[in-house]
Order: sequence, then structure tokens, then C-alpha cells
Amino acid sequence: MSHLDEQEEIQAKPSREMVGVFLRSYSALTGLIILIAVSIMGFIGPIFYTIDPFDMVWMPFSPPGADGYLLGTDYLGRDILSQIINGARVSIAIGFAAASVSCFIGVGIGAFAGFYGGWIEEILMRITEFFQVLPTLLFAMVIVALFGSSVLSITVAIGAVSWASVARITRSEFLRIKELDFVQASKASGSSDLNLIFLVILPNAAAPIIVQSALLVGAAITFEAGLAFLGLSDPNVVSWGQVIGANRTYILDATYTVTFPGIAIFVTVLAISLVGDGLNDALNPKLRSR
Amino acid sequence: MSTLLSVNNLNIEAHTRTGVVQVVKDLSFSIRKGETLGVVGESGCGKTVTALSIMKLLPKETLKISSGNIIFNNKAINNLSDRELENIRGNEISMIFQEPMTSLNPLFTVGEQVAEVVRRHKKVSKERAWNRAIELLDLVKITNPEKKALDYPFQLSGGQRQRVMIAVALACEPKILIADEPTTALDVTIQAEILALINRLKDETGTAVMFITHDMAVVAQMADRVIVLYPGEKVEEGTVHEIFNNPKHEYTKSLLAAVPKLGEMVRRKYPEPMRLIGKGDTRIVKPIIGTDEPILSVKKLVTRYSIRGGLFQRIKAKVHAVEDISFTIMKGKTLSLVGESGCGKSTVGRSLIRLVEPASGEVYLDGQNILDLTVKDVRDARSKIQMVFQDPFASLNPQRPLFDQVAEPLRNYGIFRLEELQKRIGDLFDRVKLPRSFMKRYPHQLSGGQRQRIAIARALALNPKVIIADEPVSALDVSVQAQVLNLMMELQVDLGLSFLFISHDMAVVERVSHDVGVMYLGRLVEIGPRQAIFRNPHHPYTKDLLKAVPIADPSKRNTEREMNFKPLPSPIHDLTHDPKPSEYKKVAKDHYVLTTDCGY
Repeated sequence: MSHLDEQEEIQAKPSREMVGVFLRSYSALTGLIILIAVSIMGFIGPIFYTIDPFDMVWMPFSPPGADGYLLGTDYLGRDILSQIINGARVSIAIGFAAASVSCFIGVGIGAFAGFYGGWIEEILMRITEFFQVLPTLLFAMVIVALFGSSVLSITVAIGAVSWASVARITRSEFLRIKELDFVQASKASGSSDLNLIFLVILPNAAAPIIVQSALLVGAAITFEAGLAFLGLSDPNVVSWGQVIGANRTYILDATYTVTFPGIAIFVTVLAISLVGDGLNDALNPKLRSR
Repeated sequence: MSTLLSVNNLNIEAHTRTGVVQVVKDLSFSIRKGETLGVVGESGCGKTVTALSIMKLLPKETLKISSGNIIFNNKAINNLSDRELENIRGNEISMIFQEPMTSLNPLFTVGEQVAEVVRRHKKVSKERAWNRAIELLDLVKITNPEKKALDYPFQLSGGQRQRVMIAVALACEPKILIADEPTTALDVTIQAEILALINRLKDETGTAVMFITHDMAVVAQMADRVIVLYPGEKVEEGTVHEIFNNPKHEYTKSLLAAVPKLGEMVRRKYPEPMRLIGKGDTRIVKPIIGTDEPILSVKKLVTRYSIRGGLFQRIKAKVHAVEDISFTIMKGKTLSLVGESGCGKSTVGRSLIRLVEPASGEVYLDGQNILDLTVKDVRDARSKIQMVFQDPFASLNPQRPLFDQVAEPLRNYGIFRLEELQKRIGDLFDRVKLPRSFMKRYPHQLSGGQRQRIAIARALALNPKVIIADEPVSALDVSVQAQVLNLMMELQVDLGLSFLFISHDMAVVERVSHDVGVMYLGRLVEIGPRQAIFRNPHHPYTKDLLKAVPIADPSKRNTEREMNFKPLPSPIHDLTHDPKPSEYKKVAKDHYVLTTDCGY
């Protein structure tokens, strides 16, 4: 009669089940494969395709396929394929780094605001709202203009303007979870506030934060492209946005010079969105049982 | 009497990702005109699925009827299309669900919702339908139906909403009313009223009722005949008197043994564990005597919640959750706080360990006033007084393995060495009778009772002196509930623990407590030794509460006439409200009754 004797069936660990759901989704898997391929291209590609993206290797405006350059050359005669390969590294690195910065700031602010409430929340959320209403591109441009266009300052600038959404999500999750019994139980068993925030509540709030951060990676890549298009990019490294920006005057004469980097950005950001959706399904237990 | 509905050899399969599970196996039963069929069983036994299959409301992708038929009025209805069923659903067979809070549409007035059902099945004018709706609301004893019909669901209390649901179900004078745990979410006084209402309507209209519940006491109050389900199979069928007086199947016997019956402890001075049938329970049941040495004493505790609003979020009003409460718990004994939802009993528990900050009062634990301590010292005091929460599904962190959850309090108080943790947690798992292999599991891999054992192990980890148990068994099935109660009582004997047991269930309270305090609207209206409270209640609220409890004995039924409970007044008062202190009259040794006004 006892219920203790039944239910002996052991289910998989939750994390393994999530991976299962993620991998079963075709779109998420496709996104992940594209993302990995782009990363490999950026980080290992230059070893095999040794042409320097800054070298003027051939005459300008050589169309794709002609003269041995698969994607043609730009207005200075630089190899576009090499620029795309090398640009992938910078775009992806800035994307992930900037999203990490956003995530770090956003989670910190959202967690403390949601957990403590009261005037701490008031102050932190007013700051968040300030960053939300700021014209982000303009503010990022100011930061880059002030601190110079280096990869670091661009990353920090993008991270510093896009954390508001993470902070809001974190706060709302904290507001919900901190009232749940297991948090109260943990508090009753003597956990300190920092323990409660980072070891008890945060892991349970992680799902939407991870999904939001994944989408931020894509947003950061487009953001970087936007800054580079306006000329605010590190002149010592090549990035996709920079290629588009440099060739924008020739958009009608040599369409391919902006089309290929554009496609690269499009495909990568799409892949990240697909991964984000897949993560959302995998981390959302209500959808998991389907 | 003629058969109205018969279910023959019904098999229902659940299609899940892990495979096909048979949830209902070869089930046959019938309902005759004008009778109440009680369907009892614990969670997961297939009782709700069976009810839904009659209405053809099973979720199509996951649950399928694999064989069998359902015959209503000499016609098989299990193969009808949704279109053909429209005439039966809500018209000839209607259903009441468990949760009255969510089964009404929040965007329409209750009158419109009742009238709409009338118009859907009968070709009548809007006006006639509205009049019929008011008639129905009057039938289910909603006072002032013309006015209440214009209210939206959120303006009604839970009991009133369930009455409206019954009015909707009865709108077309159905031949069968399926009631799926209609009172589980309600307080005991409201439950008593609703049960009496269903009984009266059944007698007046001749509607047959299929009454689904897990609560044996409710079955005893309601049913003419009973079928008992045990994972998907019917294990016993008989009249309600046969089932209760002479159960044949082992499962029915153990189920009845596990139900605490109000009044069965009247002659015993001390609580004692329940004798369970099955699993070879041969322990000698010994009364738990305890001591007369005070461990926790609470004096004039007041807790209020602020309601903010308006400009700058000023405090506009206060919820007077706990109002001037005093009591003492003795070492090794259990004090129970009983009362209906919203009476402040949980807030008392949370105030004691300062999960909620009380407004004033004193709480002495071992001679130390907890409410005087600084935030840092409260942490140390919390190691002596621990808490077990109501819902074992919510009180465990879903992301951490059980070992870490039980280890959490130990780590919080500076025990980090893995060998020591492993040894102590192993001992705790043995104490609560869980296999040590469970340490690596996650909460979702456990049943409700197992989770509650983990919650108890966690509370025991720091060797506390007092455990506050906030409705620890009300989310559990009866057989599991009995096991957990017995476990708590064994621990009390072995470790000399004191419990503050918070519950709404009078029968459970009678089983476990030495002393009982009855709460109403934030005040303790009566407190005293258990026997005195149950045998000789003085306060009118205590008397009404005891009268409302359904008794697991079909020969003691309540009628609607006896039920006349006042609705709970609001505990929200504006800032100028200054309540009077509580004054008590001593009626016997240790037995006190509130003499000042408590709102009842």
C-alpha cells in the first residue's frame, strides 16, 4: 500500500533532459551548428586562409570569382573573403563579451533590487529605467568617442547600454521566486542573504536570464556592426560592420562588397536567435513535457 | 431504480514520451436515477480521468480510451462527435470542478454566465434566461440574488463562487451532476455548507450525483454507494454503510485506518501514533506524554501587514493578521493552532522565527526573547526553532540534489567537512526512513510524502528544540499523511521535540496534539488541553467549527439546517484602528476562552 515502495523509477537528471529537448529541435540544432561553424571559421580559418585582410592583394573592385578571389576585392583591392573570415572572430568575440558584460551588470542590479525591495529597489530600478530610455546607439557612440575606438571600449560601451532588459527580467524573477516556500525554508535554516541570492534564487531564475542573454549576443553583434558602419570601430582589427561601412559609398557600383558581410551578419544573428529559442524551450519545463 | 449511466470495461491509456501507461483498467460501474455515487481514491488513481472521459473532455493527444463503452440513457456516448455531445454536455450531464477561483470567466457577471448556459440549451428569451439565472442563484442559497447576479466573480468569496458553479451546472436540470472534488479548495465551514447544499438539491431535483473525492469523511457524508479506485482499478464497490462498516478489500481497510476520525481520541489524554494496516505494522502504540516544562512562550504577539498605495506609496491600511496572541509550548508536547484560511495561523508560525517581522510582543525560546535579537543573532536562534512547510512540492529547491538540501542548514552553521556531512545526513535519512541512495536525487523524482520526509530531515538537521509545522500533511494523500504524522510523532518521542502544529484539519489536530488553540480573525478565541477543547468547547466559533467537520461515519450526517456560518469579516483596518486587548476567562485548568469581541 505504501507509496514509498512505488515511484522507484529513476528519471534523468534535469540538465540531461534539457540537452535532449534542445537537440531534438531542428531549428535550435541548425542554429548551433551554424554558430559553431562561424566560430571555427573565425578562430581557425586564418591559419588555412593566410591572406591578410588589410593587404591590398589585387586590383580594386574585382568581382567575386574573378581572378581567384572567391568573394572579390573591395575598393582598395583587399580580399573580402579574408575580411569575412577574420571579421567573424571579432564580431563573435565582441558579441559574447558585450553580452557577458550586460548579463553581469543586469543580473547584479536586478538581483539586489528584486531581493531587497524597498528603497534599494527604487534606486536601482530608476537607474535601470534611465538606461532604458537613453538612445542606446548615441550613448554608446559617446563612450567610444570618449575612450577611443578599441575593441575593449566598444565591448564595454555595448555592454553598458544593453543590460536594462536583463535587469528587469532578473528582478521580476527574483520577486516571484523569493516568496516561494523553498526560499523561506532556506532562510529559516539560517542561510545568509548572499547565499539566498546566488545559491538559492539565482539558479532557479537562470532560465529566462540565459535566454535573454543569448538573444543579447545577437543584438550586440548587430550593434557592433552599426557602430562600425558609422566609423566607430577599432582600426587595427577587421569586423563585418567595418567592411560594410568602408564600402558603403560603392553600394551601387559594387554591390557584392556590402552584400557578403551583410549575409554573414544576418546568418550569424539568425543562428543565435534560433539557439535562443531552443534554449527557451529546453529551459521551460512546461514545454519540456510535450 | 433504473440505471442512468453505465460505464463498461473502460480502459484509458496515457501516451507520454516515455511510453504508454494504462491509467484506467477495465473499469465498470453504473449510476442510478437520484443516487449519489462516491468515487474515492488517492491522487493518480484515475478518478478525474474517468469523469472527464464521460464528458469526453480528455486531452486528445495524451489520453485515449482504448476500449470499453459509456452508456447514457441507453445510448453509447463515447463515440459521439463533439457536435452531438453539445446537447448532452451541460444539459443532461454537467460538471463542477475543484477550483472555483478559475472556473468562472472573470470578464462576465455571474448572472450572465448562468443565463448564458440556459440560453445555450433552451430556446428562451434573454429576459427569461436572466430570470431563470436569478432563480438558480436563489436555489443555491446566494443571498440577495438580484443584486449578486450583477457581480463579477472576483467580488464573490470562494464559497459563493462554488455556489455559482453549482448554479451553472444545474441550469438545465441535468440528469447527472459530476462533482470533481468540489470542496477540496474550500474551508471546512464552507465545505459543510456546500455539501449540505448538494445533498438538498439532489433530494429536491432528483439529479444523480457522481461525487469524486479523496476525502473519506466527505464520502461518508455524501454517498449512497461507493466505488474505491486503486491505481486505475475498482477494488471495491458497495453501499456507503458496507464500505465503512465492513470493508472487504485490503486497500479500503488501510485507507479507512489511515483516516483520523474526529472523536476517536476523546477518551485518551495523550496523542498516540495511528495504527496502520498493511506493511506489517506491529509496533506497540504508546501514548506521547511529554513534559510540563515550558520551552517556547509567546506573549501578546501582534503582526500586521502594511497595504501601500497612493502618492509615494504611503501606508494606507494594515492587515491585522495576528492580534494579541499568547501561548506556551511545553517540552516534548504539541500545541496545535486551528482555524480557517485567513485566520492568521500561518503568520503566527512565520512571526516566531521572524520570517515575518511582528509589530510587537515577546517570544521566549529557552528564556531568550527572539524578538529582541539583532538580525545576526536571529540566525543563531533559528537553529533551535525550525520550520516544515505545507507544500512539499514548493518547499524544496528544484535545482539542487537532496543531499545539498539537507546539508544546507549544516553548512550555514559552519559544518563543511564532507565526511561529517555525509555521516550526519545519512543518519537523518535513516531517521525519516528514506533510503540513503536518495541523496543524489532531485526533488522532482520523489513523491509528495518522500519530499515531506526530506523537508522534515532538513528541519531536524540542526537538532532544533521546536519545530513549526505549517500544514505539513494537508497536501498529501491520506495514507501518506498518516505515515508522515506517525513519523513526526515518533520523532517527538525519540528526540523530545516540541511542535507548533498549524492546521485546518480538526481530525488531524485531534490525533497529534496535547493542547489546541482555535484562531479566528487573528485572535486566539479558545485555548486549552485537547480533550477539553474537543469535548467541552465554550466559544461559539469553536462549537461551529467542530460542527462543520465532516465525520468519516455515514450514520452521522449534517443537514443544511444546522449550517449557518457567518462569513469572515475583513481583517483590513485603517491606520487609526486600535484594537482592544484580548481578555480571557478561565473555564477549567489551562482552558481559557476569549471574552472580548473577536468579530464572530
